[in-house]
Amino acid sequence: MHSHHEDHPHLVSRNARYGLILFAVYVLLYAGFIFLAVFRTDIMSKVIPGGMNLAIGYGFGLIVAALVLALIYMTLCRRPVVHESNVEGSR
Amino acid sequence: MLYSTSIMAIAVFAFFVLGVLALSFYLGRRGQTAKGYYAAHGQIHWSVNGMAFAGDYLSAASFLGICGLIASYGYDGFLYSIGYLAGWIVALLVIAEPIKRLGKFTFTDALDSHYDSRGIKLAAAISTLVVSAFYLIPQMVGAGALITPLLGLPHYAGVLLVGVTVTLIVVTAGMVSTTWVQFIKGTLLVIFCAALTIMILMRGFTAKGSPTVVNPEELRAKPGVRIVENAWKDKPYAKVINAEGVESVYKITDAGWVETQTVVAKSDGTKLVNGKPQTKDNDLRPIGTLAELPGGAEKTGSLGPFDFFDTLRQSKVVTWSKEVLKDESGASTTVFTPAVQRGEDLLKPGGYFKGMKSPNFTDKLDFISLMIALFCGTASLPHILIRYYTVKDQSSARKSTVVGIAAIGFFYVLTLYLGLGAMTSGAMDVTDNNMAAPLLARSFSELMFAVISAIAFTTVLGTVSGLIMAGAGAVAHDLLENLFRIPMTDHQKVLFGKGAAALLGGGAMVLGILFKDFNVSFLVGWAFNIAASANLPALVMMLFWRRTTKQGIACAVAVGMLSSLAWILLSADTYSKVYGWDPKTSIVPFSQPGLVTIPLGFLVLIVVSLLTPKPAHSVAEELAET
Repeated sequence: MHSHHEDHPHLVSRNARYGLILFAVYVLLYAGFIFLAVFRTDIMSKVIPGGMNLAIGYGFGLIVAALVLALIYMTLCRRPVVHESNVEGSR
Repeated sequence: MLYSTSIMAIAVFAFFVLGVLALSFYLGRRGQTAKGYYAAHGQIHWSVNGMAFAGDYLSAASFLGICGLIASYGYDGFLYSIGYLAGWIVALLVIAEPIKRLGKFTFTDALDSHYDSRGIKLAAAISTLVVSAFYLIPQMVGAGALITPLLGLPHYAGVLLVGVTVTLIVVTAGMVSTTWVQFIKGTLLVIFCAALTIMILMRGFTAKGSPTVVNPEELRAKPGVRIVENAWKDKPYAKVINAEGVESVYKITDAGWVETQTVVAKSDGTKLVNGKPQTKDNDLRPIGTLAELPGGAEKTGSLGPFDFFDTLRQSKVVTWSKEVLKDESGASTTVFTPAVQRGEDLLKPGGYFKGMKSPNFTDKLDFISLMIALFCGTASLPHILIRYYTVKDQSSARKSTVVGIAAIGFFYVLTLYLGLGAMTSGAMDVTDNNMAAPLLARSFSELMFAVISAIAFTTVLGTVSGLIMAGAGAVAHDLLENLFRIPMTDHQKVLFGKGAAALLGGGAMVLGILFKDFNVSFLVGWAFNIAASANLPALVMMLFWRRTTKQGIACAVAVGMLSSLAWILLSADTYSKVYGWDPKTSIVPFSQPGLVTIPLGFLVLIVVSLLTPKPAHSVAEELAET
């Protein structure tokens, strides 16, 4: 895929929109973690299935969530733009 | 601790350094044009660039610093891992594609792409240099700290070794060789840390028992022993002098007197370890042990990745604290005291960041501010931003960021195993937790120690070369070529870049030697705060607010940079750790500025933009055209 297709306003603005939505999801997850770490440390020491405490489970979860959201974003950005026949998603 | 120089470590070091230099000279012929020198012709494959992101990002602070913090304080070091990784989400979802689309060689290019403003060029180039410098110094200091125990060379020799090697790398081939150095380093770091983690799990845990606690009466009953109970006024320590005149220090607790380890620096310059001159036979004992395992077991055998935490949570761990005591003679006694802690307490937040447990709300804000700076800082670091120009298009920029997130995220998961493995390895240096990861490796084999140490060294090499490239771009491309409009041929652009890299390399060496005793993790935190405060508001608003003006961007970068710098210099942490002043007299309410200075950057941009004429065409308008 050539870069001039990627610069098409439809793709640029659509990808930016996807990015912001997924970013908002991650901000909520991250903020929840900080809130618990700072204000509810007692909850962070609760044991979750597997023997880990919530602090470790949530921390690992945030790292995994970053990768999952990144993959979702990449998949969304590869989708073609349907209403413009001459523009396809980047590959 | 004294370290014996390892021939194997030197051999592996030499192999790594010479290999990297050979690669750099080989690739040198590809960097003869400006696009080749600054952006590797934009032809690096996204998968290579993705691992190079990992190489760039996983600096001495990430590897040595985080492992050391976890090994000493437990879970809290892992909070840095979480914050550093979370920042990549900002980089991927908000910054990566526009940066690639708008820029040519540097962060300033992207910021200035629609404005052609001298103010933006100047502010962004200076911001790049300031952030690079604050990131560079701890890397150089870390290099010196690593070389001293490993190769038996003085601190300055380590700094010079890194500085000369890196300058050669950057001057010979620029971004091409820098990228490949990062790629090799990032790949090796992840692979060997994964191997080390598997070895930790295979070895499992061994209980070594609690620290020695004695009844003072037993000590008094020994012939020839003299005890000074109030050796240091108002401090719960007793000095015990045996029949041979050797002094030991005990911490006075309700459970009895706890045996400590000491380093005494006398006013005449002599140094005593545990009461005697430091020799190979009389050195500080290695630390990092478990006192008890669940069910009173002595060994666990191999553990699964989840059993590892479950077992440690139910165990008791010996941790060490440090206190420096001064007496009237001018002698300084550093006392290292063991204490038994519950595993479950070490695996939850609050061991290192005491503000979390503090009832004082501003102490909590300090931690929140740090986590915000880590989140916002990554996408604003100049040496990360320039890596988006080494791939051919936006799709490659996106894919390389995802590879980077996968590699870096995997590595940060490993840091918890490595840190806790070091905490229980029985090999840690009580005086230096930065050596936790290499010493953990030594607890398995000398070869692993040599390899991990060499990788730690190339970690510094990689990050420093990326920073010098970012700085060279700011000086030669942003300032000389674009701001001062000095006419240059393509060949001259490369020459100026190389000259700037050589100067910055020299400057980095001087700073690394001058800041020898500086707290390195402290400076990395500063770099993230300054980057987030100066660069992020401008980048984000330029992309998403149509009304953003060139004056708004220039002012936001300048105010964000200066305010975060000023806040840091007036903070309690700087008062106590840098100036040696009473932290209670500091002017600002908490030490990490991001919580205040990042919003301030946004506010300044909005106000100044509203007060200046609307631009004819903006990046945000382009984004909004559907």
